[in-house]
Amino acid sequence: MDYSQFLVMQHEVSLAGVLILLLLSDLILGEKSKRCFQPLAILIFALHTIYGFYLGCETLPSSNTAFAGMYLTSNIHMFLKNILDFGTLIVFFLSYEWNQTTNKENIAEFYLLTISTLFGMYLMISAGDFLLFYLGLETASIPMATLVALDKKKKVSAEAGAKYILTAAFSSGVMLFGISLIYGSCGGSLYFADVANNFAGEKFQVMAMIFFMAGLCFKISLVPFHLWTADTYEGAPTPVSAYLSVMSKGAAAFAFMCILWKAFSCSSAPEISESWKNIIWWIIVITITVGNIFAIRQNNLKRFLAFSSISQAGYIMLGVIAGTDNGMGSMIYYILVYLFTNLAAFGVISDIENQTGKVNRDDYNGLYSTNPRLAVVMMLAMFSLGGIPPFAGFFSKFFIFAAAAEQGEYLLVFLALANTIISLFYYLLVVKAMFINHSDTPIVTIKSDKMSLLALTVCTIGVVVLGFISPLYESIIHWSFGI
Amino acid sequence: MIPVEFYVVLSTLLFFIGVYGFIARKNLIGMLMAIELVLNAVNINFVAFNRYLFPGQLEGYLYSLFVIVVAAAETAVAIAIIINVYRKMGNETVDSIKELKN
Repeated sequence: MDYSQFLVMQHEVSLAGVLILLLLSDLILGEKSKRCFQPLAILIFALHTIYGFYLGCETLPSSNTAFAGMYLTSNIHMFLKNILDFGTLIVFFLSYEWNQTTNKENIAEFYLLTISTLFGMYLMISAGDFLLFYLGLETASIPMATLVALDKKKKVSAEAGAKYILTAAFSSGVMLFGISLIYGSCGGSLYFADVANNFAGEKFQVMAMIFFMAGLCFKISLVPFHLWTADTYEGAPTPVSAYLSVMSKGAAAFAFMCILWKAFSCSSAPEISESWKNIIWWIIVITITVGNIFAIRQNNLKRFLAFSSISQAGYIMLGVIAGTDNGMGSMIYYILVYLFTNLAAFGVISDIENQTGKVNRDDYNGLYSTNPRLAVVMMLAMFSLGGIPPFAGFFSKFFIFAAAAEQGEYLLVFLALANTIISLFYYLLVVKAMFINHSDTPIVTIKSDKMSLLALTVCTIGVVVLGFISPLYESIIHWSFGI
Repeated sequence: MIPVEFYVVLSTLLFFIGVYGFIARKNLIGMLMAIELVLNAVNINFVAFNRYLFPGQLEGYLYSLFVIVVAAAETAVAIAIIINVYRKMGNETVDSIKELKN
């Protein structure tokens, strides 16, 4: 065996190293020096992130494969992994205070499980084969269930965990049934490239593909499989909801796009992809609309962000249906912007929940009079989620709409635009509650800890500045590939 | 020899029995068992396709081994969580986990 193949997957090897190192240091540190664990974990993970950026700076050949094409990587894969690393680091900063107070007994578990899910996402992104993809998906979703149920004292956490693991297991069962039918009908090979050679758009193959899509729709929480989202986000500890809403969604969306365009279409015969494009079209329209309509009536902010993230997932899928290199680039840019925006919103919620236990929109009435800075961060996040210029969310929506319109999806873009207006209503409801509504008992003035202050500052800078850094978008487009 | 279609019919039946069980059962453990039926249908499919359609290869067998291993891990985590639900709520039916809703 040629061990030099592992050099291609340096990013994964580094992350696995971090995982093992932290596991050992948790064992060695013991009870007395437990408080050292958290800074140590963040430091080691930050080193890994820096190493990832260093790796991402080199220009790789466009298809760099290992293990007979089972694993593939390129600059765009690296870039997405770096985004995920960076987001995880922000989540670690946000969860610092929560770990010190609420989650005292399970600090090491939180870090180890989070990093294992991240490892699964890496594999999912880089998979060139249905087997590695499946393993990545499961490595990402099984530890995620334990993360959701991490707060053993709370009823809702256990309930959310049960709902998550049962839906995850069921949808991965349906997905596997699809893969087994693909295996039978597409020439007995599970490499994406081989499946593409044998996929002719026959009815049986399309049926197999629809079964397969079930598992991914669950991960991205597209509409037929979105029912777990709100319950899980509300019941899970807030840092875990933040992680779940951004990281697993981004990784799964990218993997979805890769598989759809690598395994189920053919560049010389565009009519094959027409056989399933209609399904994706309807899924997008229904996802965006359902997410928006249900978000309006939510009072709990974590639930509200869950439904908002369902509709945002619909917008991300616009890049998938475009399928060009512009589509992929704008999708990754969308994920990047969504990361900063959503983590800012969850950061504010987590800070306030940690110190007062309040998560409802009514409780946020008059927040500006007591906590002006948190209110402004939340306002910027809401503006960016709604797509108000000049914040980053506007640019990401603009690019992704442009990529879909380029492919002639005018009606779809129009429906998405109409939905953006609906979504502005409920995003602005939160802003109105904080700035205009008065309350006799507003939330007391909160002093955020240094770590979450740092995370919120980074997110705010990202939300405000990211839209103006055009070289970033250009380099993503330059690296990305389409059909 | 039994033709491959019979296996596909069997696995499809098993799959939909599993889906029905997942939807109809009220007990969380029962739902987990229904999911196992779905995964067994998948394994039958993989092994039968490999044996009949692509006898020279090992990919289907290999995949079904991975499915078994991952299913075991998944079940372990699911049962741990369900035990936690049982401790908190006093029973493990679907009706007990309804605290989270609009």
